Amino acid sequence: MISRPIVALSGVAKSYSSFIALDTTDLSLGEGEFVTLLGPSGCGKTTTLRLIGGFELADRGRIEIAGEDVTAKPPYRRPVNTVFQEYALFPHMTVAENIGYGLSVKANNVPAAERRRRVTEALAMVGLEEMGMRRTAELSGGQRQRVAMARAIVRRPRVLLLDEPLSALDVKLREGMQMELKRLHRELGITFLMVTHDQQEALALSDRIVVMNRGRIVQIGSPAELYDAPTTPYVADFIGTSNLVPVRSVGSDGQFDHLLMADGTRLRRRRRPGDRVFPNGQSVLAGIRPERLLTSDGGEVNRLAGRIVEALFQGDRVRIEIALAGGYERRSIFANVTRTASTASGAIEPGTEISLQVDPFDIMLFAAEDGQ
Amino acid sequence: MSVQRRQRFGAFAALFSVPFLWALVFMIVPYLVMISVSFWTRQFPLFVPDFQFGNFVQIFSDPQYTTVILRTLKIAALVTLGALALGYPLAYFLVFTVRSEGLRNLLYMSVIVPLWVSYLLRAYTWKIILGTDGAVNSLLRMVGLIDEPLTVFLYNQTSMVITLVYIFVPFMVMPLFAVLSNIPKALIEASEDLGVGPFMTFWKVVFPLSLGGVVAGATMTFCLSFGDFVAPVLVGGPDGTMVANLLQSQFGAALNWPLGSALATLVLVLVLAVLQVSSRMDRAGRVGLG
Repeated sequence: MISRPIVALSGVAKSYSSFIALDTTDLSLGEGEFVTLLGPSGCGKTTTLRLIGGFELADRGRIEIAGEDVTAKPPYRRPVNTVFQEYALFPHMTVAENIGYGLSVKANNVPAAERRRRVTEALAMVGLEEMGMRRTAELSGGQRQRVAMARAIVRRPRVLLLDEPLSALDVKLREGMQMELKRLHRELGITFLMVTHDQQEALALSDRIVVMNRGRIVQIGSPAELYDAPTTPYVADFIGTSNLVPVRSVGSDGQFDHLLMADGTRLRRRRRPGDRVFPNGQSVLAGIRPERLLTSDGGEVNRLAGRIVEALFQGDRVRIEIALAGGYERRSIFANVTRTASTASGAIEPGTEISLQVDPFDIMLFAAEDGQ
Repeated sequence: MSVQRRQRFGAFAALFSVPFLWALVFMIVPYLVMISVSFWTRQFPLFVPDFQFGNFVQIFSDPQYTTVILRTLKIAALVTLGALALGYPLAYFLVFTVRSEGLRNLLYMSVIVPLWVSYLLRAYTWKIILGTDGAVNSLLRMVGLIDEPLTVFLYNQTSMVITLVYIFVPFMVMPLFAVLSNIPKALIEASEDLGVGPFMTFWKVVFPLSLGGVVAGATMTFCLSFGDFVAPVLVGGPDGTMVANLLQSQFGAALNWPLGSALATLVLVLVLAVLQVSSRMDRAGRVGLG
């Protein structure tokens, strides 16, 4: 847990008429963290961000920012700033006027000289030194993005909120901006809270990821934690992808869970501390990531037999769709195997039989009723 | 000229000859007639072709005419201000305060719907409301503020301004509604996010971005009320004559077409000047939203 959170949501909920946008939720953000709210559209991530920004007011619960209760406060009384999805730059102002806007209004009381210095500083931070006098309409998408960033950081917020900041950019630009975001976060040292539906972006940027679905937080953890130890099949399939194979638990010893597949194959799964113990005979879901299925010959343990349905050439790797043997016909699994290994193991053609191996460390286990 | 180009020209001519002829016969030629007649001379009982500036000199030297022109400018300006003062808050309320889209459209339609009713009828209604037995007097008598009906409400410039504001306010609301609806809500959120309260957000963001609508609405309201001649007749008093009434009488009772044409030419020039200024302002203030 975070000792002194900069943002704390406790029991916060929000609904629109009958639609529950955010179910009762607790969330804490630490000082200087880069946290991502990740989930499909309608999962409550944007609502959470807008509640913190003050653009929506919570039905229930309490929101604290920097130790102050801001639950009922309007956006202009909160020490946060936002980078909006479509940037929301003021079209009737120049780049410099946009950035200086939040400092220029009397109530904010920043003297003109100081204001100019800070605008120049913010422009330099986002690499737009020469662009101050431009109209926003003359800028490219990437430049607008930078102006939006500069405008949001110039007031030195305690928390920077980013609402799908990179979604309007093309792929090339997006990768460059990811680096920029990471650099800005390091240089500013303030808390970043970003909303995204792009799991790659979340994995690449975040200290912690909050996975959301249907108005609830499903799991919170570091990118590695979520990838290696998802607590639900939903997270396993949303962070990276996972094959979910229905199996039967046939007991555990101290080190391994023993699983029985429909075709009689036995799998061994290496247990981790704190893992749940499933009773003998219970149906469970085994999660195996496509990239952890190996064609190499490593003995007879943990081998899955099946027939190749389709093979897609992807350069360094081959993506194979496999129909597992024994009653799994309707649910094929996928494997990403490296080219060298696949060449070594012979031809990969649709219709041929294949045997894949998985390391006991690389099997995840979920209760079947957790479903999707 | 190639066959293809000739064909294209034929199609072009067929398509545009009708509207062009229409404009020529019913707009350009009448304007030319009007302008040339303004240089003619009156010779009792009729008038003869001529080329002299006497009519224009008369308009600018005779206080009877200058007074009416200035008064018309003043009333049109007051109507424009009144329509803006009523129309802007209304359009703002419709766009930003009313949350339900159904209710917003209903209210907007109720602003526009009076345009379906005859203009004369709507002007006449104010005669009834403001008259000696009208709604205002009845109300005041009912609450006991007055014993005798007051006549101050009707037949003066105030009643004209009230009537014209009522009649032309939809022309102010329509462009304002359109322009305010086009302002992305995210801009208002961005302003508040940057620590700026609602009042300054309005002055720094919403109002500058709505100037195009203000200019469009003001231009329409000004030009329409500048040329109005019904309100002066129905609710205007002896000091309510406007340029259009003067025009009417020159072409009618006074039977002085040359002077009437000179007045009409002046009105045309004034309105063109207003349009010119407003399109300049519009261009200068235009910004790409989005």
